[in-house]
Amino acid sequence: MQIPHTIEHHPETGLYNAKVGIWLFLASEVMLFGALFTSYILLRIGAPTWPHGWEELNIPLATVNTVVLIASSVTMVMSWASLMMKDFKKYKMYMGITVLCGLIFLVIKAFEYGAKFEHHHFPSTNNFFATYFTLTGLHGLHVIGGIIVNAYFWGPGSKMWKTEPQRFINRIEVAGLYWHFVDLVWIFLFPSLYLL
Amino acid sequence: MSLKSFHIFFILVSSLFAFGFAAWFLQSYFGSGDFLKLAAATFSGVSGVGLIVYGIRFLKKLQHVRFL
Repeated sequence: MQIPHTIEHHPETGLYNAKVGIWLFLASEVMLFGALFTSYILLRIGAPTWPHGWEELNIPLATVNTVVLIASSVTMVMSWASLMMKDFKKYKMYMGITVLCGLIFLVIKAFEYGAKFEHHHFPSTNNFFATYFTLTGLHGLHVIGGIIVNAYFWGPGSKMWKTEPQRFINRIEVAGLYWHFVDLVWIFLFPSLYLL
Repeated sequence: MSLKSFHIFFILVSSLFAFGFAAWFLQSYFGSGDFLKLAAATFSGVSGVGLIVYGIRFLKKLQHVRFL
């Protein structure tokens, strides 16, 4: 069976179908994270006391993680641009760095979680840590998902470049849109949880 | 919206937050006198400027790619 509009644009949307699909998915993700952010704001406003993030959490580690994720967005878009310039070697390099940045983010996050557990800070400790672990945990799961997809496109999935190059470029663009969304969520999470 | 447009949006938001972080660290430095916070403020400010410069260069490089 032939899947329609994987390369050519759909006459009604003006886009290939995967791009419409990813934006619909990202819209649902905005609702998911939006609901959690709203819960966080309401819990914080309603609480008589609320600890400052910078007193409880590790800002230097989170800052490093922010830099790592911004760098990964740059390498992600560079991998896509490399494919458009038909430079497959550069694509492999940039996509490999993107995957590596995602892994570095997770390792740093694991250290951060480990330190919290050592100090007996768990989601059940108070509402602050409940929202911290829920938001960063859900974000971490999204990073894991992105790493799996990107690693697939770096490895076995990259075979498509030889048979259907334009379709492969579109796949990388869609993966890049998802990865940018995940990074953007972190850009909002960092000041909300750590600095306020 | 293409990856190009989303990337520009992402860089714009990141640079705005970088300036925000710089302001936060600077305010924190004035309160505590900790030079590490001054260094963080400088780093954030420079990063914000760097991101804007990168964004402009990126836009020039990918002129031929459509925004949608």
